Amino acid sequence: MSSRCNLRFLIPGLALLLGGVPSVLAVWPQPQQIRNSAERYSLSARAFLFKHADVSAVRSGCDVLDQAFTRYFTLIFPESGGGAHNRYFWTEADPFTVEVNVAEGPCDGYPAEGSIENYKLTVSPGQAVLTSVTVWGALRGLESLSQLVEQDDYGAYYINKTEIEDFPRFQFRGLLLDTSRHYLPLQAILKTLDAMAYSKLNVFHWHIVDDPSFPYQSRKYPDLSKKGAYHPFTHIYTQTDVRRVIEHARLRGIRVLAEFDSPGHTQSWGNGQPSLLTPCYRGDVPSGTYGPVNPILDSTYVFMANLLKEVTSVFPDSYIHLGGDEVDFSCWKSNPDIKAFMKKMGFGSDFTKLESFYMQNIVNISTMLNRSSVVWQDVFDYHEINRPRYVVEVWKWGCYLCEVRRVTKAGLKVILASPWYLDLPGPTHDWARYYNVRPLAFKGTEEQKKLVIGGEVCMWGEYVDATNLSPRLWPRACAAAERLWSDEVQTSSVDQAFPRLTDFRCRLLRRGIQAEPLYVGHCKNEYQGI
Amino acid sequence: FTLCSWSLHPRPAHFRVYAISSAFPAHLLHRSQLADQKCAMALKDSDFLALWPLPQKVQSSAVSFQLSASRFQFTHAEGSSAGSDCSILQNAFRRYFDYIFGFTKKDRDQRRRNAAGSEVLELQVAITSPDAECDGFPSLTSDESYELSVDQPSAVLKAPKVWGALRGLETFSQLVYEDAYGARNINKTGVSDFPRFAHRGVLLDSSRHYLPLKVILANLEAMAMNKYNVFHWHISDDQSFPYVSRMFPDLSQKGSYHPYTHVYTPADVKMVIEFARMRGIRVIAEFDTPGHTQSWGFGQKDLLTPCYTGSSPSGTYGPVNPILNTTYDFMAGFFKEISTVFPDAYVHLGGDEVDFSCWKSNPDIQKFMDQQGFGKDYSKLESFYIQRLLDIVSSTDKGYMVWQEVFDNGVKLKMDTLIHVWKGNEAQYQAEMARVTGAGYRTLLSTPWYLNRISYGQDWRDAYKADPCNFTGTDAQKKLVIGGEACLWGEYVDASNLTPRLWPRASAVAERLWSDQGVRDISDAYVRLVQHRCRMVERGIPAEPLFTGYCRHEYSGV
Repeated sequence: MSSRCNLRFLIPGLALLLGGVPSVLAVWPQPQQIRNSAERYSLSARAFLFKHADVSAVRSGCDVLDQAFTRYFTLIFPESGGGAHNRYFWTEADPFTVEVNVAEGPCDGYPAEGSIENYKLTVSPGQAVLTSVTVWGALRGLESLSQLVEQDDYGAYYINKTEIEDFPRFQFRGLLLDTSRHYLPLQAILKTLDAMAYSKLNVFHWHIVDDPSFPYQSRKYPDLSKKGAYHPFTHIYTQTDVRRVIEHARLRGIRVLAEFDSPGHTQSWGNGQPSLLTPCYRGDVPSGTYGPVNPILDSTYVFMANLLKEVTSVFPDSYIHLGGDEVDFSCWKSNPDIKAFMKKMGFGSDFTKLESFYMQNIVNISTMLNRSSVVWQDVFDYHEINRPRYVVEVWKWGCYLCEVRRVTKAGLKVILASPWYLDLPGPTHDWARYYNVRPLAFKGTEEQKKLVIGGEVCMWGEYVDATNLSPRLWPRACAAAERLWSDEVQTSSVDQAFPRLTDFRCRLLRRGIQAEPLYVGHCKNEYQGI
Repeated sequence: FTLCSWSLHPRPAHFRVYAISSAFPAHLLHRSQLADQKCAMALKDSDFLALWPLPQKVQSSAVSFQLSASRFQFTHAEGSSAGSDCSILQNAFRRYFDYIFGFTKKDRDQRRRNAAGSEVLELQVAITSPDAECDGFPSLTSDESYELSVDQPSAVLKAPKVWGALRGLETFSQLVYEDAYGARNINKTGVSDFPRFAHRGVLLDSSRHYLPLKVILANLEAMAMNKYNVFHWHISDDQSFPYVSRMFPDLSQKGSYHPYTHVYTPADVKMVIEFARMRGIRVIAEFDTPGHTQSWGFGQKDLLTPCYTGSSPSGTYGPVNPILNTTYDFMAGFFKEISTVFPDAYVHLGGDEVDFSCWKSNPDIQKFMDQQGFGKDYSKLESFYIQRLLDIVSSTDKGYMVWQEVFDNGVKLKMDTLIHVWKGNEAQYQAEMARVTGAGYRTLLSTPWYLNRISYGQDWRDAYKADPCNFTGTDAQKKLVIGGEACLWGEYVDASNLTPRLWPRASAVAERLWSDQGVRDISDAYVRLVQHRCRMVERGIPAEPLFTGYCRHEYSGV
């Protein structure tokens, strides 16, 4: 079942060599242009070398690349016993050399909006040359290179003569994890980041807090996690943990987009921050329950400004996700102080105006902190005039492209999530529905299409924790990853993608990612855990 | 039955896409919602212990005792028919000691030793019948009943056979809880327990995907935690034949995914059977024929029917060829081997989903049909095959299980045949159960428990609500229902996702098959199952969550 098939997409201007190729090398996601031939070169862990090109702007000491060399050496030669040092032990005179040429530094930065991920890879006798503008592009190229290496029946490694020119179709290719409905141990997050890099996903959207728990340990407001986490010591993310996630992601060219969702989805915040949430009323008396964040108190905005200030000092990305979805108005409606405020503001009984008022303030805070705000589509829907410049994440079902069209028509950027809610566990063979998404298939101008900056897969946590996260994510998220990276015309066939994805899934297993099967069949190296 | 009766407010399934913000502060849920309950006493740590599946009778009191890892012992009671040469119990003692003291094997609470008389120092295990069956295999008629009395300084577990003792040890381990200091406690308790159904199975499919031995063993472990007693091993099918036959080695040599890495050797099979026996679990092998046999054809020439396109062979093959004597010679040899390898008194012969189109296309088969006077009724040909197969298997002194089609197609069956119902919707399977038992056959149910089918939300509830005796029939008919099986078919399942897909959903089925018919309160079940799931996680089984919330010790096997 996991046999390769010789399907390759015809690319104008590039010769296609199929005859006699025993196994055509598959790269997932499909590069924009790839040409490979039957000519193959054997590789040996004892004669294999990564080096910086003489003209490269980046040299040894660049941790992003140095660490990537170590990682990819082990991924390319999984039986070599790993070990960073093996590559120095080559004994043959002429090692196969992977020369990496990066045009621009630096190495110590963070991947960001607009980072150029283009790369060019040429594999020829005795060497591979990888050129890119940035180190992030070099990382993508190393990933492709590692996927080109195969083992023959005797276990010997080889790589085919290949040329790749590649770049992403969308700049924002995200994956959301929800660490509030269930706490995810650090290890589960780091492993997910590894698998993201294998699929060339580049944004980790960390839905870190929500109603059920507040695991983020704040420096300024330690009570939030102390009283709002499932457990104040074992079920939290310390500042060190967060830094570790950010660094692990950075080394893989992945941005970390933190979400602090408000004013709804904040029940857990209330435990550690008294008077933040709106007291609900039953008749004339407080019922003892609480609703969304209280939008009429100055103290709320002082708190939010302080919290977001801390968040922006911890998370370096230029984006911050402010949430704003699914606000339940019933509690606000019950509260006499809120009603008085509504009257004073002239909102009538339209509570969407109150939410817009709140979000406007929060977006302003984020703007003052020099951040671009991302919000769920509800905020856009509720707020029809004088919208601030935020990025809208479209998540609702129904005609999601209609919403994309409306948002882009208003001149705002869009991230598409609706078709990629992977927590809905449908039958596995339904991976095709994540593949068949056409993010730009709406009527609109070229400018509108450019405003669609990408999409992301969402793994909400109501029914997901460390026990089942990985197989539920992978390889279905890979389908979305190809949609977001590759050319849509070249990758329009589910039938052609199936054998490549089957193969890529086995590769993920080999790399220790617990990816579930697409259908009957087997992998040479099955998953070794339980 | 004096355990507090817990009931939670029913929770809507949270379906985020439809914009429900039914936000449950689940971290508050456990304690604060429980505190609302009618339960008169103040809540203590012990109130969070959850027995699963619920025993037939439990009497518990608020009196609690301590257990110390350095002093507690399992012992064979005086007069027990089992002693230190009973390897089933000796192994179980070690296993349950680990479960009970897991994280605190070094007794960290020496200082906190209570006053004399408040500690359980031992669990005495007494096997009360003359033959403990220590060296035997569990069977359909094994006695799994037990009585447990927890008191100080000694707790006593009485069971007629070791099989009941194993169930009782599981219950005892579930009664132990961790207090706020991490110390182990157990309350004064009396349990009297026995299973409602004798056949409580889990089916795993090792043909669609090969399942490494480790995965099978881990799931046997989880089955024991849920008092399951049958592992139905759907070992071969169209896609691969991983069973290494001594007599016909080509079957796996040519029919498995890989002849060395994706097979079960005789030693593997032996290990599975012994591992299961140690946990009171039967292993029933299924060798499904005449359909579902594509993989058999690679290693056994002429076994499958050649299909025809027009008047020439198409090069493809259909079900087992039922018209050749060589087929029956092969089956006789093969099942003779199976009868010696698998000790259980039953073997599952399959018989489901036979596609007649290939038979129809083959001129030799058509000729045979004419000779036999079968006309165009291919189910008669299937019956002809099954009939002969049953005779072969009977001659090996085995009983057999078959999928319901064999009964539906009117094959003449011995009265001790077990009919396995798997098809249809609720009304249809209930009607089938009525028909099968009406005809006097014993039956078991799987239709509502195809756990390979998944949906969003808490689908364990549907599994929990189904009941094998919910059909119109006499008491005598109901008595013919021997139980059921949770099935996890392998088209989309392998080692990477099997365990979290199976557990804790199969736990819901386990309680339906073990506990009293009246145990059906879904809210009470939820509270207990959440904790039982955490217990499985703590014991190393990656059982997935039921809903938002957390476990004290999260899964660490990432």
